[in-house]
Amino acid sequence: MFDKKKSETATAQEEEVAALGVAADLSETAAAVTAAAGGEVGGPMLSDRAREIAGYVAWAIAAAILLIMVLAFFGVEMGWTTELGNSMLDQALDPQTAAVAVAVIGLNIHFGYTGLLNMGQAGFMLLGAYGFAISIVEGVPLVFAILIGLAASGLFAVVLGVPTLKLRGDYLAIVTISAAEIVRYVGRATAFNEHTGGPQGIEGQDFRGPVTDLSFFGSGNLDVGSLDYILTGANSWWMRAVAWSVVALCVVVVWLLVRSPWGRLLRGVREDEDAIRSLGKNVFAVKMQALVLGGLFGAIAGMLYVLPSSVVPDSIGRTLTFYCWTALLLGGAATVFGPVLGSILFFVVRILVTGIADNTVPDSYLNTQQAGQFGWIVIGVALMLLVIFRPQGVLGDKRELRFNV
Amino acid sequence: MSESVVGSTDLSDKSARVALMSGVDEVPGAAKPDPILTVDKVVRQFGGITAVDVGHLEVQRGIITALIGPNGAGKTTFFNLITGFDKPSSGAAWTFNGQAINRTSASRVARAGMVRTFQLTKALNRMTVLDNMMLGAPGQSGERILTSWLQPIWSRQEREIREKALGLLDRFKLLEKKDDFAGSLSGGQRKLLEMARSLMTDPTMIMLDEPMAGVNPALTQSLLGHIEALRDDGMTVLFVEHDMHVVRHISDWVVVMAEGKIVAEGTASSVMAQDAVIDAYLGAHHDTDLGDDSLLEDDQFAAIEAEAESEGKS
Ligand SMILES: Nc1ncnc2c1ncn2[C@@H]1O[C@H](COP(=O)(O)OP(=O)(O)OP(=O)(O)O)[C@@H](O)[C@H]1O
Ligand SMILES: [Mg+2]
Repeated sequence: MFDKKKSETATAQEEEVAALGVAADLSETAAAVTAAAGGEVGGPMLSDRAREIAGYVAWAIAAAILLIMVLAFFGVEMGWTTELGNSMLDQALDPQTAAVAVAVIGLNIHFGYTGLLNMGQAGFMLLGAYGFAISIVEGVPLVFAILIGLAASGLFAVVLGVPTLKLRGDYLAIVTISAAEIVRYVGRATAFNEHTGGPQGIEGQDFRGPVTDLSFFGSGNLDVGSLDYILTGANSWWMRAVAWSVVALCVVVVWLLVRSPWGRLLRGVREDEDAIRSLGKNVFAVKMQALVLGGLFGAIAGMLYVLPSSVVPDSIGRTLTFYCWTALLLGGAATVFGPVLGSILFFVVRILVTGIADNTVPDSYLNTQQAGQFGWIVIGVALMLLVIFRPQGVLGDKRELRFNV
Repeated sequence: MSESVVGSTDLSDKSARVALMSGVDEVPGAAKPDPILTVDKVVRQFGGITAVDVGHLEVQRGIITALIGPNGAGKTTFFNLITGFDKPSSGAAWTFNGQAINRTSASRVARAGMVRTFQLTKALNRMTVLDNMMLGAPGQSGERILTSWLQPIWSRQEREIREKALGLLDRFKLLEKKDDFAGSLSGGQRKLLEMARSLMTDPTMIMLDEPMAGVNPALTQSLLGHIEALRDDGMTVLFVEHDMHVVRHISDWVVVMAEGKIVAEGTASSVMAQDAVIDAYLGAHHDTDLGDDSLLEDDQFAAIEAEAESEGKS
């Protein structure tokens, strides 16, 4: 009903209805008016319905995924589905999934709450990862290494924010996307090989030590249900525990922040900067705080991302930024749990689609490698459908559907 | 307003206001007994056209001043300039409450106590009406990022702000809408919300850009009452309005703009009878009072228009 296309008469009638205090659902009125005026084909009512259905479909898929994973976990024999369930479960608990979840939590502060278009979250991650890894390699104690990673990313946010936050939103998008690329190119440049390791990056074993040393899990294997990992090491229970604890901590921090008046201020800035200015608030400062905070989450995400593997600049590039965006839109921007759910769903659904395609379509049509590519295509199409039919994501507020902002 | 020259006079009394303004010359840029806002040499050009060119204007403290003028006269642009939402094309100076504010940002102007509303309303669509309101409150400790996560620090203030917001919403007939998204409000309701929200900032001076546009007559009546009540509480009001009846009804002083310039000042009745004003509105000299109802009758208006047109051609 907030289509710019809506006719003058619709507006006038709405005002009249509201003015007279008639208890009428305005959206219905508008829909009726539009329909009566022979307006938009398949007007708001139909598309509202379609959107609702899309929501149910999303929930059904999520439930099915959960069911398959639980069955696989308990070792229920279901043929290739068991194997699929196991790889989904493995992916869902993967420390790198957790890392992406933290990056998405940061992006959610930027975009979901404040409306800042950060198209270079990977740049923040990469800086955090470099700051952390290089410091450890140089013998800096763990806590300071983490602080250095955070500082690098925070400084990056300030440098990007100062020239762009006073301009229209698109400028930040352009600047972040190119700045993230610059970070990556500098990282992979051979000139700094000594520190960054160039395109090969920094081996995980060179900086993982201080984190694994903290483990009180002991050594050896632990076998829970269908899950079987070493207790301490790169691909270990300890890494999973650390990564998901950090996710939990980040969720709590975000929850504390966004329910506060500061969180309200962020959403106000997202909705209309000038309105907020007219109320005497320093919009630039608020946007800068949001940009830095989201960037710090990005830095933490970068550290978590490289811990189980290694710092390879090319693996933390544009693609990763776009994964983050997809996960954010999937889970629901401006929700506390959306980023976590979205990140898990994003990776797991891809495995699901790939697995189903690989196991049901004969190899002559779609071999394993092609099935992998098919998975990405489906993710792309799903993202498009999502933006059309459920722009608020799986967890988003249904009421937001009514406004095209 | 105790420190002001007229501090002793109680401006909630109509005769006191009349007496106060009777000493003021009815000429553009006239000096006021106790101006809260003083504007000098504000010029704003958009490419070739000069939207605003105000030499000198003083706005009297504690009364309701109306800013009128035909469409495109530059009223909104003038508002934008003095509230920091737009920058003048050349060196200008204006002071509010004795403080120079021509070089500060829009948010500082608002914090100095001068808030404005927008002709095209700026409701925060995907936030509830109550959240819209609560955002307006100044000096919230919970809005500082470092303390925001500690609820005990701000919860008491939050409760007070909430009470205040609910009170204002009740006054503006929006209370039952408090949990709805502002995006779901009608055009008139958005006007009301914006006005209520601006009052959350406890302003010294409030600048309303066509507050009554799209608000139904009955509510307009009660809003006029509220605006008068604000004035009686000591607030200064400057508002843009096209409805001459509204202007005549509540304004203590009227400033007329045309083609970017202040062309007349005075009390409502005298201004509407001034040649310069009629000229500005109708483009021709007439011995018609703009506040005259007969002007609104079709045949009268058509006659004036026809005459204006023929004069324009000649
Ligand atoms: N951003 C802009 N760019 C170019 N011209 C502008 C801009 N803003 C305003 N103008 C011009 O400046 C003049 C004054 O506009 P303004 O909006 O101040 O008028 P107004 O007095 O508020 O009119 P109304 O009563 O219709 O609201 C108009 O001629 C308008 O076209
Ligand atoms: Mg205007």
